[in-house]
Amino acid sequence: MQTEIKFAGFGGQGILLSAKLLAYAAMKQGSFVAWIPSYGPEMRGGTAYCTVVISDRLIGSPIIKNPTHLVAMNLPSLEKFENDVKPGGIIFINSSLIPVTSKRTDVTQLVVPVNDIAIKAGSVRAANIVALSAFAAKSELVDLDLLKACVKEEFAAKAKIIPLNMDAFDRGVEIARADQAQTA
Amino acid sequence: MGKTFTTPKALSKTHTHYCPGCTHGIVHRLVAEAIDDLGIQGKTVGIAPVGCAVLAYNYFDCDFQEAAHGRAPAMATGIKRVRPDLMVFTYQGDGDLASIGMGEIIHAANRGEKFTTIFINNAIYGMTGGQMAPTTMGGQRATTAPAGRDTAATGMPLRMANLLAELVTPGYITRQAVLKPQQVNKAKKAIKQAFQYQMEGKCFSFVEVVSTCPTNWGMTPLDALKWAEDTLLPYYELGDYKVPE
Amino acid sequence: MAKVLMKGNEAIGEAAIRAGCKNYFAYPITPQSEVAEYLVKRLPEEGGVFLQGESEVAVGYMIFGAAGAGERVMTTSSSPGISLMSEAISYIAAAQCPAVFVNIVRGGPGLGGILPSQGDYFQATKGGGHGDYHLLVMAPDGVQEAVEMTMQAFTLAEKYRGPVMIMGDGLIGQMMEPVEFPDDLKTEPTNKDDWATSGMDFRKSKKRNLVKSLFLDPTALNDNNLALKAKYEQMKKEEVQFELYNGDTDYQILITSYGTMSRVCRTAIDMLKEEGIEVAMLRPKTLFPFPEKAVFEAACKDSCKAVISIEMSMGQMVEDVERCVKGRRPVEFYGECGGDIPSPEKIIDIIKGLL
Repeated sequence: MQTEIKFAGFGGQGILLSAKLLAYAAMKQGSFVAWIPSYGPEMRGGTAYCTVVISDRLIGSPIIKNPTHLVAMNLPSLEKFENDVKPGGIIFINSSLIPVTSKRTDVTQLVVPVNDIAIKAGSVRAANIVALSAFAAKSELVDLDLLKACVKEEFAAKAKIIPLNMDAFDRGVEIARADQAQTA
Repeated sequence: MGKTFTTPKALSKTHTHYCPGCTHGIVHRLVAEAIDDLGIQGKTVGIAPVGCAVLAYNYFDCDFQEAAHGRAPAMATGIKRVRPDLMVFTYQGDGDLASIGMGEIIHAANRGEKFTTIFINNAIYGMTGGQMAPTTMGGQRATTAPAGRDTAATGMPLRMANLLAELVTPGYITRQAVLKPQQVNKAKKAIKQAFQYQMEGKCFSFVEVVSTCPTNWGMTPLDALKWAEDTLLPYYELGDYKVPE
Repeated sequence: MAKVLMKGNEAIGEAAIRAGCKNYFAYPITPQSEVAEYLVKRLPEEGGVFLQGESEVAVGYMIFGAAGAGERVMTTSSSPGISLMSEAISYIAAAQCPAVFVNIVRGGPGLGGILPSQGDYFQATKGGGHGDYHLLVMAPDGVQEAVEMTMQAFTLAEKYRGPVMIMGDGLIGQMMEPVEFPDDLKTEPTNKDDWATSGMDFRKSKKRNLVKSLFLDPTALNDNNLALKAKYEQMKKEEVQFELYNGDTDYQILITSYGTMSRVCRTAIDMLKEEGIEVAMLRPKTLFPFPEKAVFEAACKDSCKAVISIEMSMGQMVEDVERCVKGRRPVEFYGECGGDIPSPEKIIDIIKGLL
């Protein structure tokens, strides 16, 4: 069983970090993981994206054309990648910056205004953590407590911003659960 | 009465391949005497260039490495950085240091690498047979400047000591000559001083030595000394260009 | 120790330290600058030496100098930088000094691109610089193997007193995977008293050592080249590493592929298996010495109809494969080297075209 998650957004939105934290938690859970960045001129100012692969066996090709899920943090990312997602996957949409939803009907859409939630938590810079925890809660790919511990560890050197990110994390989980309840 | 003249321990007994009248032999001896005086033979690593002194390792009795053309300062950097307790010197000619190796010497000097460079400036390529060097004087004939160096087309001769002294990084930068006995004595002091600065871990040290190349200049050794005195020294002025505080 | 999630470039830097290398000289170039950015922080903690040289040309000689003085030393670069270092690599091979070079290959020729490529196979395995020499070349297929090979590289460089290259590619440098640093690959540097310029005072013999590559006497030069050749022959006997994937089946096609490309092939092989098509892959882990015998034997299996070399190049390793197959099976080639890595689906199409 292999799951691939594409994270995409503007450079500076922290999506590479969100992806790394997800991979890290999955690794701690005992899975094989790979974090595959796109690197190149587009890193600078344009769309930044990377793919996390989580698998129960050795990961072969690091080239993923059709990911299982997509976390889209801005409109260009959604437009660029929504059609690549495998049927049955999740498309996560940051509705603070994406005024539309996907036309895909064969996927689950999770629409979360992550920037607004992050601002409520204290800083828009925590938007990537809101997105991470909301997506993780919805996809159930990793244990949430473990993931939260990974987030905390990541910010160990910047103790000041740990409460902000913990709050952002909880808010993300909460909204994903509310969405779950609504759908059910 | 003790001996007044003997072969320095840091020189091997091998006869040199240098041409009659060449001043490499003198400078080799001065370097070896400095090494003896300071008692550092057992921790010295020399670096031979590409040029007439490529076989210098046959004439010194200490550890030696041989660099590619111009790269001796980079090699010396590598040694000195990983073994700061060793005494490291490069021995380079003008084609090696001022032409192909310009990048390496400037950057090593600018980083303030704690090694010593002995720079032989004889205004010509020796080993390859008398081609124009960056230090060749305007009008001076060379096999690749048969009518004499045309400075309008090839630029003015490079003054390495002056150039390196312009660097803001502290260093010991001096130009000496070995055309007369008094100059030889002064050059010896300068070379020893350069090694001393290295021993103290003080700075990069650089001794340019204005030398002769009778063979490629097409002169007798005596004429070569006179020509160097008359033509080279007015342009390549002797003296300390920079001393560390 | 526990697994950690690291970028290939950072993991290579850490592996060098774990292997006992405390000296690193380098010049920045994409896609491998993270090695320097990592080591500039880590080496001081270990009492090591970090220096950013003024060019790859200079760095090559910093490595030569440090290696000649008998210290473990490494540099990392990417294709155009390795071209510049190739001068020094030739000298280091001739002067017989142990040093580790990492090439995180990017597209070429010229400035090429910054995306992954395997276009430096010829350069790595056939010399690169002037004269008769080889490097021992290892090609990892992921971050863990990059770590293990980097650690082994120092031991091998000292065993053969010569340059060893790790040939990765941009993807291996940039991707993060879980890694462990095996304690058993940590080795103590060997005794270099009989050749290194470590200072006469510091050696029992008190005799001086020379590190040089100039041999004006034809017999001496020939002897030096024979000594190098003897080492390469010994490497061919003792250091060949490869993996045969799905080789215990009655495979119809044998793929030869290495590095990142081999991972795509591995996935393609798994997918083909689900369709009932058996394909095997011979993956050289050492590119020099090349697994000559293994390629020949795998190609000659009765069920095997053809061999195809799949590379992120325009056809380089395929020449070695052809040489080893000795005409016993047709040898095909597929490659791309613009920076896009062919997908498993593309490989499946190519394989099906051979059936």
